[in-house]
Amino acid sequence: MSVETPLIGDFTAAPAQSRLAGARIGVVTFPGTLDDRDAARAVRLGGGTPVALWHADQSLHGVDAVVLPGGFSYGDYLRAGAIARFAPVMDTIVKEAQAKDTSAAALPVLGICNGFQILTEAHLLPGSMIKNNHLKFICRDQALRVENNQTAWTSQFTDDEIIAIPLKNQDGQYVADDATLAQLEDEGRVVFRYVGGNPNGSRNDIAGITNEAGNVVGLMPHPEHAVEAGYGPDDTTGMRNGTDGLTLFTSVISSLAGATK
Amino acid sequence: MPRIIVEVMPKPEILDPQGKAIVNALPHLGFTEFSGVRQGKRFELTVDGEVTEEILQQARKAAAEMLSNPVIEDVVAVRVDDEGDAA
Amino acid sequence: MTENASEQPTAAEVPVHQTQFNIDTVANAAATPETELPWAELGLKEDEFHRIVDILGRRPTAAELAMYSVMWSEHCSYKSSKVHLRQFGEKVTEEMKKDLMVGIGENAGVTNLGDGWAVTFKIESHNHPSYVEPYQGAATGIGGIVRDIISMGARPVGVMDPLRFGDIDHPDTKRVLPGVVSGIGGYGNSLGLPNVGGEVVFDSVYQDNPLVNALAVGVMRHEDIRLANASGVGNKVVLFGARTGGDGIGGASVLASESFDDSKPSKRPAVQVGDPFAEKVLIECCLELFKNELVEGIQDLGAAGISCATSELASNGEGGMHVELTNVLLRDPTLTPGEILMSESQERMMAVVTPQNVEAFEAVMGKWGVEYSWLGEVTDTGRLIIEWNGETIVDVDPRTVAHDGPVYERPYHRPSWQDELQADTFRASPAAQNLPATAEELGSAVVELMAQPNMANASWITDQYDRFVGGNTALSVPDDAGVIRVDEETGLGVALSTDCNGRYAYLDPYTGAQLALAESYRNVATSGAIPMAVSDCLNFGSPEDPEIMWQFAESVRGLADACMELGVPVTGGNVSLYNQTAGRAIHPTPVVGVLGKFDDVGRRTPSGFQRWADGQAIYLLGVTRDELDGSEFARMRGHLGGLPPKVDLAAEKTLGEILINASRDGMIDSAHDLSEGGLAAALAEMSLRFGVGARVAVDGICERDGVDAFTALFSESQARALVALPRSEELRFTDMTSARGFAALRIGVVDAESGGLEVTGPFEGGSFGIGLDELKEAWSSVLPSRFDTAIEATEALMK
Repeated sequence: MSVETPLIGDFTAAPAQSRLAGARIGVVTFPGTLDDRDAARAVRLGGGTPVALWHADQSLHGVDAVVLPGGFSYGDYLRAGAIARFAPVMDTIVKEAQAKDTSAAALPVLGICNGFQILTEAHLLPGSMIKNNHLKFICRDQALRVENNQTAWTSQFTDDEIIAIPLKNQDGQYVADDATLAQLEDEGRVVFRYVGGNPNGSRNDIAGITNEAGNVVGLMPHPEHAVEAGYGPDDTTGMRNGTDGLTLFTSVISSLAGATK
Repeated sequence: MPRIIVEVMPKPEILDPQGKAIVNALPHLGFTEFSGVRQGKRFELTVDGEVTEEILQQARKAAAEMLSNPVIEDVVAVRVDDEGDAA
Repeated sequence: MTENASEQPTAAEVPVHQTQFNIDTVANAAATPETELPWAELGLKEDEFHRIVDILGRRPTAAELAMYSVMWSEHCSYKSSKVHLRQFGEKVTEEMKKDLMVGIGENAGVTNLGDGWAVTFKIESHNHPSYVEPYQGAATGIGGIVRDIISMGARPVGVMDPLRFGDIDHPDTKRVLPGVVSGIGGYGNSLGLPNVGGEVVFDSVYQDNPLVNALAVGVMRHEDIRLANASGVGNKVVLFGARTGGDGIGGASVLASESFDDSKPSKRPAVQVGDPFAEKVLIECCLELFKNELVEGIQDLGAAGISCATSELASNGEGGMHVELTNVLLRDPTLTPGEILMSESQERMMAVVTPQNVEAFEAVMGKWGVEYSWLGEVTDTGRLIIEWNGETIVDVDPRTVAHDGPVYERPYHRPSWQDELQADTFRASPAAQNLPATAEELGSAVVELMAQPNMANASWITDQYDRFVGGNTALSVPDDAGVIRVDEETGLGVALSTDCNGRYAYLDPYTGAQLALAESYRNVATSGAIPMAVSDCLNFGSPEDPEIMWQFAESVRGLADACMELGVPVTGGNVSLYNQTAGRAIHPTPVVGVLGKFDDVGRRTPSGFQRWADGQAIYLLGVTRDELDGSEFARMRGHLGGLPPKVDLAAEKTLGEILINASRDGMIDSAHDLSEGGLAAALAEMSLRFGVGARVAVDGICERDGVDAFTALFSESQARALVALPRSEELRFTDMTSARGFAALRIGVVDAESGGLEVTGPFEGGSFGIGLDELKEAWSSVLPSRFDTAIEATEALMK
């Protein structure tokens, strides 16, 4: 790890030694992105190699998967994620994520919080996010149920596993029309559901969803803040010890490295 | 300079938490005559020169594709502001 | 008009300046000595104005008057406080200077952390703006303090907010608090800075004068430290970030008359509006400039805007600067030169760049889409020359603007009522009648105490702040200190706490300031960190009132003496005076922030009993005296009088060593300091943190210290802490405390299964129990019951 104060989007770190390091995961930085370094750390702790992607650069530099991290891209001034969606890098991501006929080759994409909002604005995922029903920014440890462990990002969770990861947002209320909600439910595309209380008024307690192919996943809570004991959410073993979020990253990294059991 | 006004409102079927908060707050301030509030957005697009039909068409396209999100919002008006640069 | 590179699209727009002003040039000023100037409206005293005339040898131009008036204001010149603040620089030992890399006087002090790392931190006030417009006032307070940190060359890594509001049930508190909290969250969260702590205090003395203080901390490598100086003749001066508008000069619209005609609009907003997105981009942009070594000197623009930045940079460097003011990019083209010089528009920085680096500098601006304009260059003339379309409107020695402002030895004397106040002790007052004495009374007093606004769960506030971003937060509220990892490889990190009990300071300002330091120091040590440095935010009433001035003088003297005794230097801070309305001043409120160092934040001590720690021994460290004057219990009974608890800095130091060693050697699993609410509050908080109960007996305390059970529970004696440790560590731990001659008493055990707090002692009934569910409900419902509806109304009105 570099001892210099890292610049944003500067993930220059000693590559992990295992063969998992062969999995190169892009982390996109938009102006106003906040959690890119956290996402890069999560990739690294998951054994993969993080690659910085810049919003203005159309190239994905050959990465195997992409994370759109949290933050307030462009200040969320128009709508959350609405301007970032038009960045050059998004054109490529949208194209590669929809490589339909060869679904094995479709690019795995994870959108976290603002990244999820960008994915809905880019129509890679249905629905949208509006202001929390209580109107406040909320930061707390949040329990989730993993309802789909068949996606690229959740394959290492057990079915209906309850996990705890931090939630922090202002515009986190998931909305979609009834037909879309019914379709998501019928097709098992609700990946994460809030348990122990709905923190923002989201329809059907939805915290995260996937596309039909299962390669694109978006969620409001922040798995990248639950990857390292001592700095994550509280869990039964102690303060800030929760690392449930790491499984999203190890899921995609090990499948990319051909190590899925 | 001439301006094009774009007005965007939350879809009627989507809960508007801000509008709801306002309508709940109004009676506390003595405004008791209003039974509902919905809060939307107004954009002012400044044009250098005449607003042609072509430019207006551009504005409609921008309103539909960027200024609003059709999942949660409707574009309710795209019109030329005759007041010009009155601020 | 500008020298902007044309390939930079965002900066290519040429600023449009209204040029029909009747500009007051230096030549004009020399030729028209008799012209009346609005110096009084700008806040200058008559003798101050005459001093300016003496310095210049002529009347100032309108633009010069604008500069002097803002730079010589109380806010910028510290003219009332300077003579006292000197003690922070004088009462220091060589030992205290050892780790001090940059001292008071720069934007923020810098302390050596070791391993090539340095840390900088500072607290500032944004009190009045937050009262006028709570959301924007609080938001721009965060913005300002963060820019101070960036301008030292550091990456900001965290913020904290000590907040004080009026009575919790006053209608105006429902306006101010939700706005302030969402402003802090709205701005700080958008910058990606974890908010790791702070305070919230309610007291009617802050009714029309809420205190919104903000602390920011940043880290850097030693070689990245940047100072605000303009060195190198011929180097270019650049202004970058947001455009300049009329923000914050509403009160100075009198300057419209500087054009000496009546055609000027004079509607200027007094409130600054913040743009956190612009600031976030500015942070990243500055860090890239630092990393690529593209700036020689840098200064943020805060109070007094360009006036401050140009005069500070020039006087700290080669001594001269030449600026063309029409190059400033404007948001409002009707601004006059004087207004441009005074504007407090946010999210702006000024830097000095060598000619060779100009192109590289512009490339970084282009990458981040930041606007900039080249204003002029560094000279060796010793003069700050500002031109408007080539005509000289300012020609001054920058030192006379930035450093040679007036200094006042304001008269002060002990208030006539101080003796009477100190004689009015809690024990002798009607408030001390019918004190809780039975098991039932003591039990309900504990619950009532925890439901007091100042003791209640603050998560309604702190859950609106992002504490996770960055992935380096090892502790945050409600723990004793905020702890942030600096180096991911070694775990090197910092701990921070801010504290002040204004009631103590009101009873005795000298002791009160020392108690603020003692508590902050104790909090940092309780987390396991070694206290290293202090930043203070001194909030007081009017310095023109000799009794208030006495409070100020006493507080500074007390704080400086205590810093010397504890060996922690003051590295920077801020003074906020005139916090009074209609002759009613706030309590003296010297908020003290202490920064501590961790070799490895992994060993930080949490404040709560751990779920897996069933059966661990609970020790009380320190001695309990009958000290209830100014206490939270006295407040609950509506009493304020007497003398604050005794300060014992030697004991604080020893207690600190014990807590730090216990953390380093892994002896203890939780620790919490005793402060407001005494032992009762500390026990309740340790249990509430993770919902883990305890069984405690106070008999030993009563016997050893000669106090009754009520006093044992509610006294606020200082230099005390509670710790929980495994039984296997008890011997080693008590060996350590007795070797240091420090009182340590085993008072109970952690009881993870009980779901309650059980206290036994020499009182009628013998023991009381409090269910944690009941306690949590009382403790947690205080803020939501007041503000959950208020926020909807406020946010609705704000949008």
